[in-house]
Amino acid sequence: MTTDFKHLQAAHCENGVTTNLLRSAGAEKLTEPLAFGIGSGLFYVQLPFLVINNGPAIAFRTMPGLIFKRTCNALDIPVFRKKFSSQEAGKRYLDECLAKGQPVGAQVGVYYLTYFPKEYRFHFNAHNMIIFGKEDDRYLISDPVMETPTSLTDYELQRVRFAKGPFAPRGQIYYPKEKRIVTDEQMAKAIVKGIKRNVNHMIRIPGSIAGVKGIAGTGKKIKKWKSKLGDEKAGLYLAQLVRMQEEIGTGGGGFRYIYGAFLQEAHAYVPKDELIDISKIFTEAGDKWRIAAVQAAGIYKGRIGSQADYDVMGDYLIEISEIETKAFKALSKIKWNS
Amino acid sequence: MKKEEIPQDNGALNKLTKEVVYAVDGSGKYSTELSTGWEVKTEALDLAWGDIEKRIEAARQKVLNNEASPILYFLELRLMDLGILASYTGFWKWTIKKHLKPAAFKNLPEQKLQKYADAFNVSVEELKTMKVHDN
Repeated sequence: MTTDFKHLQAAHCENGVTTNLLRSAGAEKLTEPLAFGIGSGLFYVQLPFLVINNGPAIAFRTMPGLIFKRTCNALDIPVFRKKFSSQEAGKRYLDECLAKGQPVGAQVGVYYLTYFPKEYRFHFNAHNMIIFGKEDDRYLISDPVMETPTSLTDYELQRVRFAKGPFAPRGQIYYPKEKRIVTDEQMAKAIVKGIKRNVNHMIRIPGSIAGVKGIAGTGKKIKKWKSKLGDEKAGLYLAQLVRMQEEIGTGGGGFRYIYGAFLQEAHAYVPKDELIDISKIFTEAGDKWRIAAVQAAGIYKGRIGSQADYDVMGDYLIEISEIETKAFKALSKIKWNS
Repeated sequence: MKKEEIPQDNGALNKLTKEVVYAVDGSGKYSTELSTGWEVKTEALDLAWGDIEKRIEAARQKVLNNEASPILYFLELRLMDLGILASYTGFWKWTIKKHLKPAAFKNLPEQKLQKYADAFNVSVEELKTMKVHDN
């Protein structure tokens, strides 16, 4: 049995699932950048004292699940969401959905995701995919980061749906409850709301660990890494920063390019010419992030590594913080109602 | 990033798929493109794996020197921490800490060993000997 479904590749799994499911629920013109921007996806945080996979806990985007939730709310599309206490119940419910022709979003862990290359299989439990059908014993899977749909056996799917550890999915599935008509006016309102919230998160958040201040904070820390951690550990820390920033899902430049694309697309719904200009500042920020990544690679590959090299690296982040402050301040000054 | 600057290097992900990146054309307009990978991040991932391999080997040596039980080795091999292992086995973290000692591990009943073996996706025999046959 298969449902009426078309695979869609995206940079990020949650953006991809959101876009695909909501398109079929009435938001026909939704794209990955629009979903990301409406969901206020852009962020930066380095959590203090926390070490993940033996490196710093850094994120370039908002918490898993929020982009989907915020975008559904903003477009007034009601969502059904369910977790399961037993694997049998989780499987039964999924089979019922598919029998009714309902493709569903599913939260899964990637450690046992057999089609992923081994190098990418960590205990990360906030991956998202769409399950859109079943043929013989195989579930048909649309994983947004892949070019084409794939499939998993019953056993393989259960194992990733019921992975354990932080953010354990507990078989969670979700889908839009009903089809709605989403007007251009609604899209425009959702876009403005998403931008305003993102401005708050990046330049008005208190404390110095998150938002643009967090970026400069990491920059200052990096300058101390060589003496504090030693070259080997400092290299591993920089590598972790680069992976969070550039790995699959980010669209490049720590999601800054996706945000730049969002502002350009937003202009079609909210014709403020500032959006086009500010988009360019995000491109500049993304480019600077990538220049910093090249510097970091120089250090962790041992091509360079003096204190001056760490200082240059730290200063890149301080500079990026200034660029992004400029961009978000400009967004905050747009007169949306005039 | 300009379209013509999108790196097309080799990486582990390339075995699975090309990835979507966002880049601008000559007039500054964004669109999606596909990339096979970027050397800078391949090197970052390789470095992380090099470190993991080192940890696995260090844990193996500790077990051979009778300083730790094989649970330490499998924790590293399966990229787990105590929290993840606790949620897979249902044991408390402090219980697992106790079982990390070789003496405590030797006295574990079969049924508890089986719980660890299941969590690590190996047989009890493999758990005890650290000889793993991954498919």
